[in-house]
Amino acid sequence: MSSNWVEVCAADEIDEEDVIRFDHEGRTFAVYRSPDDEYFATDGLCTHEQIHLADGLVMDDIIECPKHNGRFNYKTGQANGAPVCVNLRTYPVKVEAGSVFLAIS
Amino acid sequence: MSRIVIVGAGECGARAAFALREKDFDGGITLIGAEPDLPYERPPLSKEGLAAAAPPKYLADAMRYQEARITVLTNAPVARIDRDEKAVELADGRSVAYDRLLLATGARPRVFPGAPENSERIRMLRTHADALAIRAALAPGRKLAVIGGGFIGLELAATARKLGAEVGVIEGLPRILSRGVPKEIAAIVDERHRREGVKILCGARIATIGHQGDGANILLADGGSIAADLLVVGIGATPNTELAEAAGLAVEDGIAVDETLRTSDPDIFAAGDCCSFPLSHYHGRRVRLEAWRNAQEQGTLVAANLMGAAKLVASVPWFWSDQYELTLQIAGLADDAAVTVRRDLSDDAFILFHLDGEGRLIAASAIGPGNAVARDIRLAEMLIATGSRPDPAALASPETKLKKLLGV
Repeated sequence: MSSNWVEVCAADEIDEEDVIRFDHEGRTFAVYRSPDDEYFATDGLCTHEQIHLADGLVMDDIIECPKHNGRFNYKTGQANGAPVCVNLRTYPVKVEAGSVFLAIS
Repeated sequence: MSRIVIVGAGECGARAAFALREKDFDGGITLIGAEPDLPYERPPLSKEGLAAAAPPKYLADAMRYQEARITVLTNAPVARIDRDEKAVELADGRSVAYDRLLLATGARPRVFPGAPENSERIRMLRTHADALAIRAALAPGRKLAVIGGGFIGLELAATARKLGAEVGVIEGLPRILSRGVPKEIAAIVDERHRREGVKILCGARIATIGHQGDGANILLADGGSIAADLLVVGIGATPNTELAEAAGLAVEDGIAVDETLRTSDPDIFAAGDCCSFPLSHYHGRRVRLEAWRNAQEQGTLVAANLMGAAKLVASVPWFWSDQYELTLQIAGLADDAAVTVRRDLSDDAFILFHLDGEGRLIAASAIGPGNAVARDIRLAEMLIATGSRPDPAALASPETKLKKLLGV
């Protein structure tokens, strides 16, 4: 299935080393800006208890769930140990003309 | 060293078992629990898990224990530890030999003095079976009385209101949440419960509790009485130290361990709710924490030490509670606070920073809807861990990003 590029927000609306929540057609995503000024996206909910990751803390490559501190690498989706054991799905992201776009497959 | 035995199949014991394999321990691992279920998460038992009468939220399914070569013995209460033979004797007569032993025996609810035993109408909440039994008695119009205005009692009260029960909370102290929660935050919780119709009685002196008719009754010292269909006692927990004590291990509130979680026997460790340990960030003060994350972190740390490392406990205590739409989070211990600074995060969320006499941040407490306070509490926890002395004015101002104060 081909991807749809969807506009998320202006690139500067996400701080460096931070995350925002993005809802689209009944789905929720977390869109990140790394300390190196790269953009990434994952599913919006923690795989442990359906909590919005965008309320969590970004430190380097890691997003930490606000509820129970489950940690994921948001660049790869890798779950980094208890209480999370299921990886996050990741999505392609691009920045064009000052806006962030997310590919929803 | 080839056999590690873990007594206690809760959060801490199970985490330790998996952590051993993650650290490539190659010997035998036996995880022994008294309950019929595989290890499960306890926090939902007073919250959504109770409301939904859901099956336990297992930490892992049977397949994962098999893959990790962890032998789990359920329904297997332990009778004694034989330190000379280095074996654990089960109540059913079996014996399990160990080279190193971990006691993760947890805690049990404190019993109300004089309460009838094994009552269906006067209960406590610790296990999944307890939660199911309480759930079965809750329905619209049924009356629930909770003794104790702590986390368990108040979470249960909120859940019971959602289920339509009429709820009263009876607290002996002048306010709810006196242990570890600042009064400003307790006041928000109190008001929220009252808005929901929960009757909260503080400063209550209870003479006796007992059965009455088909329900239960609380007789107050002033002559008043409170009748309910179900009475739940939530007045704190007692560490399960009996096995350790009988084996001659040092016990000091909990099973006494050093900063590596080692007991007075070099081959026996203890972790989680059952142990008392020195807390480095608080001048080595000996504490015992009844907390989910502590159980998890100590389980992981003790796994390394069981394998011969000497890692030190250095985490900052962290607690949370969910009631209605509110979440309360606390990092650190505020007992020695000299100064408290407030930062408003929004109209209905704020965080209190507690500093000691030398300006060191020692705790942060916050309340707000959903996860509004989580990120700042996490940053506060890191500031506490690094021993920082942040400028109180910067803490108070929402304009100052806490991440900046961390200097990373």
